[in-house]
Amino acid sequence: MKYIEIVDKIDTATAYKNLSHPSSGGICVFVGAVRDFTNNESVVSLEFETYKAMALKEMDKIADEAVDKWQLNKVVVRHAVGVKHVEEPVVIVGASSAHRDACFEACRYLIDTLKERVPIWKKEVFSNKSVWVSAHP
Amino acid sequence: MKVLLFGIAKDIIGASVFEVPAQSKYPSTVKELKDVLVVLFPEFNKLSSLAIAVNSEYADENIILRAEDEIAIIPPVSGG
Repeated sequence: MKYIEIVDKIDTATAYKNLSHPSSGGICVFVGAVRDFTNNESVVSLEFETYKAMALKEMDKIADEAVDKWQLNKVVVRHAVGVKHVEEPVVIVGASSAHRDACFEACRYLIDTLKERVPIWKKEVFSNKSVWVSAHP
Repeated sequence: MKVLLFGIAKDIIGASVFEVPAQSKYPSTVKELKDVLVVLFPEFNKLSSLAIAVNSEYADENIILRAEDEIAIIPPVSGG
């Protein structure tokens, strides 16, 4: 069972319900949130936008890859879009498997690969400027 | 030909959709489209990467573009 979504707001409490499974002895979840400082500059907010049709396709592929590789029982890949403030969750990935090694590794793969491939863009807004993250070398 | 724009690509071109101008050579491949873009908007050369999606899939440079394709510029992604 896969939960692949782009949402306006992430509810972290639903992840356990999504991932709970009778054959799963291990459930691992990673939550990415808005941090207050980048390179000593105070962050006002992050703004996320996406090419939704393609992002969902890529998220689905990544989830399938993780399910195949680690024999997951359930997987969550959920990303938020719009304006997010400090401490708000922006992404949640989770994996549920018989034993903990598989779900820890799968969780790392899900977030690392999402960051490499999924067409979502983040703009950091500071008090005096805004910057598209990673756009320039 | 219409090209969807996101993130910094939208700022560089100053619109959310780019129409390849009639006076440009009509790009027949992903490579040719990239060439048109960097000539018209040299700012694209300064990005960490520049990918093109065709029908919501990453497309290699030799992919042929057809009139009915949905084409998008994918500047460096930064989700998570």
